[in-house]
Amino acid sequence: MSTLAIDKAGPTRKTKYGSMSRDRTWALRWSYFFLILFAIFSLVPPIYMLITSLKSSAEISAATNPWWVYHPTLSNYVELLTSNQFLTFFRNSAFVSVFVVTITMLISVPAAFALSRMRFWGSATLATGVFLTYLIPDTLLFLPLFKMFAVFGDWTGIQLINRWYVLLLLYPTLTVPFATWIMIGYFASIPKELDEAAIIDGASWFQTLTRIFIPVAMPGIIAATIFAFTVSWAQFLYPLVFTTSTDQLVLPVGIITSLIKGDVFNWGQIMTGALLGAAPPLIIYAFLMDYYIAGLTAGATKG
Amino acid sequence: MADVTLRKVIKRYDDVEAVRGIDLDIADHEFVVLVGPSGCGKSTTLRMIAGLEDITDGDIMIGGDVVNDVPPKDRDIAMVFQNYALYPHMTVAENMSFGLRLKRYPKAEIKTRIDEAARMLDIVELVDRKPKQLSGGQRQRVAMGRAIVRNPKVFLFDEPLSNLDAKLRVQMRIEIKKVHQKVRTTTVYVTHDQVEAMTLADRVVVMNHGRIEQIGTPNELYHKPATRFVASFIGSPAMNFIPCRLEDVGGKLNIRITDRIAFPLPPARAARYQGVSRTDKLLLGVRPEHITEAKPHSEPGIEPFDAVLDVTEPMGMETLIYFTLEGAQICGRVNPNAGARDGSPLRLAVDLNNMHLLNEVTGVVL
Repeated sequence: MSTLAIDKAGPTRKTKYGSMSRDRTWALRWSYFFLILFAIFSLVPPIYMLITSLKSSAEISAATNPWWVYHPTLSNYVELLTSNQFLTFFRNSAFVSVFVVTITMLISVPAAFALSRMRFWGSATLATGVFLTYLIPDTLLFLPLFKMFAVFGDWTGIQLINRWYVLLLLYPTLTVPFATWIMIGYFASIPKELDEAAIIDGASWFQTLTRIFIPVAMPGIIAATIFAFTVSWAQFLYPLVFTTSTDQLVLPVGIITSLIKGDVFNWGQIMTGALLGAAPPLIIYAFLMDYYIAGLTAGATKG
Repeated sequence: MADVTLRKVIKRYDDVEAVRGIDLDIADHEFVVLVGPSGCGKSTTLRMIAGLEDITDGDIMIGGDVVNDVPPKDRDIAMVFQNYALYPHMTVAENMSFGLRLKRYPKAEIKTRIDEAARMLDIVELVDRKPKQLSGGQRQRVAMGRAIVRNPKVFLFDEPLSNLDAKLRVQMRIEIKKVHQKVRTTTVYVTHDQVEAMTLADRVVVMNHGRIEQIGTPNELYHKPATRFVASFIGSPAMNFIPCRLEDVGGKLNIRITDRIAFPLPPARAARYQGVSRTDKLLLGVRPEHITEAKPHSEPGIEPFDAVLDVTEPMGMETLIYFTLEGAQICGRVNPNAGARDGSPLRLAVDLNNMHLLNEVTGVVL
């Protein structure tokens, strides 16, 4: 009805098209300017890596144009992908990341549900506490953690240091707090009436979580999964400190330790390894983005 | 099917008493509406019956059993929420059957119940849709369907129509009444809309500040309000309150409004108010429909007076008139042909056979 009224009133008013669309054009121009600027800024390093990975060691050390490949070769890729060592790094990284993501989600989703919905004594303080833990940098933690595992090894005889699975205990200290925090935020956006309806329908807390909250919060769970995967895939400090044998190393540390011999940098393979290492997160992002539909809660309640 | 009883139910949050001792008996099959302004404790009361809020003190009984410590799922109730609270990832049929599936009902039984409820609510063709593909009215139907298929002892409605536009609200109101006539389940319905309360309820419970002001059928509340709050809350436009006092003139009881305006009370009213102190500050309560244009011939109890109208509102079948008397704005309803015009004088008549007399201090209807 109201639109009709406005339409009728239209002809009597002088509409100014010019200024509005001129503002818009300029806004668009500036957006594109900065978008292109940032695109260049973030794309130049991987492009440089790609160019370098296609060169032979001789061409890299020769004083030619670093932005052009004169004699492209795939030898770096062939060498790395046929090297057992590199594949071990890759496998270790994959194992660690998959397990860490699983552990993280198994802990943080129920934790976030409890903290956001069950309203027990001190739950609000605890929720803030969880986030504060995340703010402690890992550079502060690795020494005490190392000492803890060393003492644990002395007491029990169970040696965790220099085993890839020690990372499964270490990474969640970084991923769980943040993933929990993301999930608390997501669960908080689910209307309270939804769990009340479930409770009245006869669902237990666990059923409310698994049958209502997890499906509804899927976008949040995916966001947290991507985050946990990225953190564990790219983590450098902990594996550098806690693992030393070449068969226990993960990709980021493995590339550095095996391809830098003293002061000899095998740049071609380093760049190739880094590019190959960046591929899985890229693929996962691309794949999960399709499911990243934020509007999943639409229709639960009004509007 | 069951009766619901509340005994001295109290709800206290930290330092606020939201519900201050409520006694209420709801019979089996009865449709009871809790109505009151926001913050009067009506929703809290409903949520306590549902088990979503603990009760601080008192007893709640459903079907004769005290359910104070029984969790919601074991109370055998179904609730319809203001914002529908449909599960967004489930289809209409899945939404409706969720409770039954949790209780592991046989598939065939679930299907029969969904079909039956869907037919009753006219949503048969929607059962495979997701909530986001439905309009507000359809979502509301699904929410009701979810309650109906459970076949519970008690239906609880928490302002179910507040999110709908006016036209749809009227339509769904009739729908809810029809459903209740078919399934006859005991129903407790919360609303702030007195029209909804009057049209739906077998009995209306008017609440204010955490207390029950009055319980009665819609007609009782309209014609025999117990307090000023009920008198002003029920009915639209609201009842007029005119400051006045009683005086004895030649052995008869008069009601004096201004130095110039005083009306003799009809005999029945005079007898009723004989014991009221002549010095008390009183309020004359008159509904707008009892202030009309003066008729050519006088009738007993209907007293004419003159007023200058401030504003008139032609409604078509009647014209609402507003004027000021003793500082109070008064609303009346006159015939559209009575010649009411903004700012012009009009001879009016007040029907004292339908008057109310209130104590201005206590707010009690005398």
